[in-house]
Amino acid sequence: MNSEPLLLATPSGDKLELRPEGPWIAANVATLEMLSRSVGVNVSQSTAVTLDMSGISALDTLGAWVLEKLSRQAASSGRPAVITGVAEHFSGLLEEVRQVNRHTPALTAAPNPVLLRLNDLGKATIGAREDVAIFLQMLGSLFMALIGVVRRPRSLRLTSLVYQLYRIGFQAIPIVALITFLIGAIIAQQGFFHFRRFGAESYTVDMVGILVLRELGVLIVAIMVAGRSGSAYTAELGSMKMREEIDALSTMGLGPVDVLILPRVAALVIALPILAFIGSIAALYGGGLVAQFYGDMGPAIYIARLHEAVSVTHFKVGILKAPFMALVIGIVACSEGLRVKGSAESLGRQTTTSVVKSIFLVIVLDGLFAIFFASIGM
Amino acid sequence: MAEPQAEFAIRVRDLVVGFGRQTVLDHLSLDVRRGEILGLVGASGGGKSVLMRTIIGLIPRRSGTIEVMGQSIGGMHDRSTASTWGILFQQGALFSSLTVRQNVQFPLRENLTLSQELMDEIAIAKLEMVGLRAEDADKYPSELSGGMTKRVALARALALDPPILFLDEPTSGLDPIAAGDFDALIRTLQKTLGLTVFMVTHDLASLTTVCDRVAALADGKIVAVGPIRELLKSEHPWVRAYFHGKRSQMLQTQMR
Ligand SMILES: Nc1ncnc2c1ncn2[C@@H]1O[C@H](COP(=O)(O)OP(=O)(O)OP(=O)(O)O)[C@@H](O)[C@H]1O
Ligand SMILES: [Mg+2]
Repeated sequence: MNSEPLLLATPSGDKLELRPEGPWIAANVATLEMLSRSVGVNVSQSTAVTLDMSGISALDTLGAWVLEKLSRQAASSGRPAVITGVAEHFSGLLEEVRQVNRHTPALTAAPNPVLLRLNDLGKATIGAREDVAIFLQMLGSLFMALIGVVRRPRSLRLTSLVYQLYRIGFQAIPIVALITFLIGAIIAQQGFFHFRRFGAESYTVDMVGILVLRELGVLIVAIMVAGRSGSAYTAELGSMKMREEIDALSTMGLGPVDVLILPRVAALVIALPILAFIGSIAALYGGGLVAQFYGDMGPAIYIARLHEAVSVTHFKVGILKAPFMALVIGIVACSEGLRVKGSAESLGRQTTTSVVKSIFLVIVLDGLFAIFFASIGM
Repeated sequence: MAEPQAEFAIRVRDLVVGFGRQTVLDHLSLDVRRGEILGLVGASGGGKSVLMRTIIGLIPRRSGTIEVMGQSIGGMHDRSTASTWGILFQQGALFSSLTVRQNVQFPLRENLTLSQELMDEIAIAKLEMVGLRAEDADKYPSELSGGMTKRVALARALALDPPILFLDEPTSGLDPIAAGDFDALIRTLQKTLGLTVFMVTHDLASLTTVCDRVAALADGKIVAVGPIRELLKSEHPWVRAYFHGKRSQMLQTQMR
């Protein structure tokens, strides 16, 4: 129903008369670009250009800009274009477009790719140092906040703490129990399957007991909590940072550490040992079920073997690590959250960083603890 | 502009919208004529934004019908109607991970095939038309001032020169000079492109200078609609309070 836009060019000697016709609107942009390009050479070569606008049936900003560009091209190569026949209701828009794109901001020189790499490398190196500094800073401010709470116990945000405990502790129990149960069962099955060849099936129980209580129970739970709650902390604090909620908080004389971070980290430190305990029990239970149905070992024998194989020391070794892991997860999650900049993309990036970093640190910490406990003979 | 030339760009009939137990719009009817600039006034929290968002299809309605350009708007907003309107949200709603330039180019890129060069020029042109400088084009939304955010959002709403423009408080947060420029720009565009503009505003200057008609929303209904001169004479208590309150004194003297 709409006719195509046209651009009639009538050269007469050095002069050029351009007559755009039809709808010069955004929907026809491909045609418009082609048309204006096709007369480009003629425009720059002629000494006088006339633009007769009387044939235009519809015009929008994009069309007006393409026409304006033609007339600027004429102006830049000599004589400015004479514009005639402008319909009254188009003149405002053409006038508007005449004002725009008059100056181009200074281009920033494209950086040398080698320098760019070196720059990135340097930034990453300084960034690593900064990471450590931020971690220590957060640890320090948490400690200060804790001292404040010890001095004035009423300043503890109890509601917030209980709510966080509910969210990251209580609500996590089903999934933690399920996964550790499955892991316990899988380890036991592998144990029976492989130890059977040496007739050493009964040692499966030793393996399950020690592995779960010392290492796996707490490690798996810590990794799950980092993924589940650490990421939530980062996203929450990050979006609060994005909407200037944290700035609002500090202007009211309340530090984000006291109000937001201490209750969250404290909740993690309390909840993780409990979750680790629940996880270990679930794993042992999973192992017991496999022992009964796959390893032909009744519950009574399983429990008796377990009793012989593990001591309270193993349990202590595992559970002692939990609060430290919780602290690391909490600090990483909260400080990454505070590093979020204004955009949605940076929120996503910081959340990923938080989870990756806290899982990495949890595993490193576990290794350090293994060395420590070995050297004190536990 | 290819659609049959209906007289009304937007027709709202018996619209009921609510959240939970609260009914925000209660059997509201409103017509917006093609090519007019309609200003919508109403108390803060009275449901202006809700009305706008319901027309666009973002909020489900309980009952009533909505037609935009002769097509009834279903619960789902489909792409075909989406390109017929440009929307300025009250909070800007810029894409935070795109630069200002990319924000303005986004609708162009999605709906048209054009060269990068032309796209850059159009984006800068739009930004300058709403009063920003080319230097601001590479900033991210988090680096903008409140008024600049508004202007970028406006430039994005105008990117495709859509036949219908929904503006939610476009001049709030702008200085009076910028607000005046904005009014002039809307007038120019409306004259050239025959835009229909649905504008929520509390700016009395905008209401008097650019709006062809003004609708007043109170108690979930449109209680008065007409040119501003008629509204000033309206007997409805809320409309009287709105236009004859202390803050409207200046306007009153101006109109006399
Ligand atoms: N998503 C939502 N869920 C629940 N209630 C809402 C929602 N959006 C709006 N409301 C309610 O609807 C009512 C109208 O809100 P609306 O945003 O339309 O006000 P407004 O007229 O635009 O006010 P203002 O001039 O301050 O922008 C308010 O009471 C608000 O609380
Ligand atoms: Mg509103």
